[in-house]
Amino acid sequence: MTSGSQSSGSESPKKSSSNSTLLRVARYTVVRLFTLFVTIVIGIYLTIIIANMGGYVDQIMRSDIRENVTAQVMNNPANKGMTTEVKKKLAEDMIKLQEKRMGLDTPVAIRNFAYLTNALQMKLGRAINMSSDSGSRQVNLIILERLPATLLLMGSSNLILFFASLYLALSLSRKYGSFWDKLVIALSPTSAAPPWFYGIFFILIFAAIFKVLPFGGMVSTPPPDNKIEYTISLLQHLILPASSLIISSIFISIYNWRTFFLIYSSEDYVEMAKAKGLLPRDIEQRYILQPTLPTIITSFALMLIGLWTGAIITETVFLWPGLGRTSFQAIGLYDTPVIVGTTIIYAYLLAITVFLLDFVYALVDPRVKVGG
Amino acid sequence: MNSIKNAFREMMRYPSAVLGVIVILLLVVLAAYAMITIPYSEAIRLWRGGEDVWYQNPRFAPPAWTNLFTAKKLPESFAVKSANSGMTKVVTPGTKGTSSIEITYNFDFSYDEFPQELLLYFTSTFKQKQPFVSIYLMTPDQRKVRISDFGVSPKQTFRFSQDEKLKRRLGGGEIIPALFAKPDSDPLIPLKGKYQLILNVVTFEESADLDAEFVFHGLVYGLAGTDMSRRDLMLPLLWGAPIALAFGLLASLGTSVLTMIIAAAGAWYAGWVDELIQRITEVNIILPFLNILIMVGTFYSRSIWLILGVTILLSIFTGQIKSYRAIFMQVKESTYIEAARAYGASSQRIVFLYLIPRMIPLLIPGLVSSIPAFVFLEATLAVLGLGDPVLPTWGKIINDAWSNGALYKGMYYWILEPAVLLMFTGLGFAMLGFALDRIFNPRLRGM
Repeated sequence: MTSGSQSSGSESPKKSSSNSTLLRVARYTVVRLFTLFVTIVIGIYLTIIIANMGGYVDQIMRSDIRENVTAQVMNNPANKGMTTEVKKKLAEDMIKLQEKRMGLDTPVAIRNFAYLTNALQMKLGRAINMSSDSGSRQVNLIILERLPATLLLMGSSNLILFFASLYLALSLSRKYGSFWDKLVIALSPTSAAPPWFYGIFFILIFAAIFKVLPFGGMVSTPPPDNKIEYTISLLQHLILPASSLIISSIFISIYNWRTFFLIYSSEDYVEMAKAKGLLPRDIEQRYILQPTLPTIITSFALMLIGLWTGAIITETVFLWPGLGRTSFQAIGLYDTPVIVGTTIIYAYLLAITVFLLDFVYALVDPRVKVGG
Repeated sequence: MNSIKNAFREMMRYPSAVLGVIVILLLVVLAAYAMITIPYSEAIRLWRGGEDVWYQNPRFAPPAWTNLFTAKKLPESFAVKSANSGMTKVVTPGTKGTSSIEITYNFDFSYDEFPQELLLYFTSTFKQKQPFVSIYLMTPDQRKVRISDFGVSPKQTFRFSQDEKLKRRLGGGEIIPALFAKPDSDPLIPLKGKYQLILNVVTFEESADLDAEFVFHGLVYGLAGTDMSRRDLMLPLLWGAPIALAFGLLASLGTSVLTMIIAAAGAWYAGWVDELIQRITEVNIILPFLNILIMVGTFYSRSIWLILGVTILLSIFTGQIKSYRAIFMQVKESTYIEAARAYGASSQRIVFLYLIPRMIPLLIPGLVSSIPAFVFLEATLAVLGLGDPVLPTWGKIINDAWSNGALYKGMYYWILEPAVLLMFTGLGFAMLGFALDRIFNPRLRGM
């Protein structure tokens, strides 16, 4: 559920002579920020190395350039009068220029470090092969252009999923053992299948057989001019991918939350409160929801940053023009800057969230002490 | 021993666990059947063979049993050879070393659609003068349609639909419908009844001979249907089972056992070992799992073994290792460990014989429930076009179907068959895993 990414806070502070809370918090903050930063640096460097395949991508790009440029020079009618020797020389020069433009003239190791420092400063640079719909090669623009689509799809489905499963789980934990409870338990193994799998079935049923919803894409072509029609078309296209994302994990999500709440509602203090005759609503709010709040917040925060990565396969299956599909395309085109760009933003978001969560815990849970 | 028996008895109380076990057993039987009846090398040959292996099958044909559920019956495919007396072959010697061979084949055609294609594959032996063949088709209403006649080279293929002269004789339309249609029907309606294919062959040499294979490409084929390159889908459906099971089991076993050992070692040795494991885990959580797998598949190799290795490597250092570590930290303080330390047990002994066995009840449910995720992971990569290029898998079928627009063109069988098998596998392991989790996890008992 929470995939356990809570910070462990294992940087055990040395027994400080001063008991000042401020000092403790300050020291903790600095140490934590430093370790998180080192983690990001290593993570990004690994991604860069993998995305460059230790230099093999260079070879692919070099031979690609050679082929294209040579074909261009040889077939250009303007070069007709030249001898083969001159043409070859011209091609060589153009290849050199092209390689320099792509930065292929510096060794991989140095380039990797240059990438790393740029990436850490969020200078994402220019894409090698990809371009945004408006024709720009800036990685920032490519990502920004795809972000709304991903946020729309992932945001709508994950928010519905999160709150629906939380609400349903709470009501099931009240009526535990009932028919609906048993039904959810029986259905929870269906969450073993990933969203795209349900997506295929949904396309089969609603697009292919009943022809009521579109196969894929984000709006119908050509996009309607009218704003209302545009929204309707957008919603129509959103239904299938969003519901496959929801269906694929709603039952396991309800089941997990329900079990989690049940464990908390069998604690002694809850029994005590029941014995005292407190209202069920009060018990729920004070004795069940409050102690579970840190877990709920963690889960919510991780869900929020999870939105960023998009759903690679669901987006690919539904031809949804989001970030997930973009990063898949980027990998196919060996476009290292775009790959690294999406990774670095995710890494930063994750690190910031993990960092902030420590403080949020301290706010909502009196048992937790920052750096303690 | 007793505890295993108890656990088993407890398991039998959960209907979902029983169902899960049955599904898993069926899959194991299917996998064993596939591996025994079609050896690996044969499977690869049938899957990657080329047109020589698949020529007998029609393209894009749904399975034959779909006819049971439709009002319109689609023609079934078949192939017969004169060499092994699938067709009647009569040789009558003539004068001067010539002989005439008559090859006939009767077949029933009582379907509501026209077949895809009819083919004749000739193999002939001669020294100098080619045998001469005349092909006729006898229709149920006793018309004898002349198809074609020509001299046959040692190996020759004749496609009915490609013969231009025949096309002109039949009025210029599509050949196959014209051959099988009721005369003067518009739109063309198939004429049902007994058809006869007649090959009249004349050979001009003493030892000359000719054999023919008649291949009838219908619109349905076999138990599973075919794909875009005429491959019988039965093969990947059967062979997908052992591959999916092997990938799922190995990945999940490798991941959970290694996670456990590393977590135990970290908890026991503490200090820099523990610190290192924690840091690696934090780095790994930042790395986008699927992106890295896709990169490895695109850049390095699509071999299923490499993907398996990378999957295990990336799945070890996740949140799981942290929760195992927390439990080991508790176990480490228990008295039996203290006793072991007192009698001088080595660290290795404590980790492998005292710490890890304590956790096996926790390991088993997690192991079983993570199998579906890995089975689907393999299918996921295949759907993205990153499946192992050699192996026939369920994900590969879905990928082929997807890229050929199976859903747009109504070829639902193509996607549904592997999808149903995947779903079964996923559900089987997930149901068993859930039940095991409730049995072995005392906090969940009775919930």
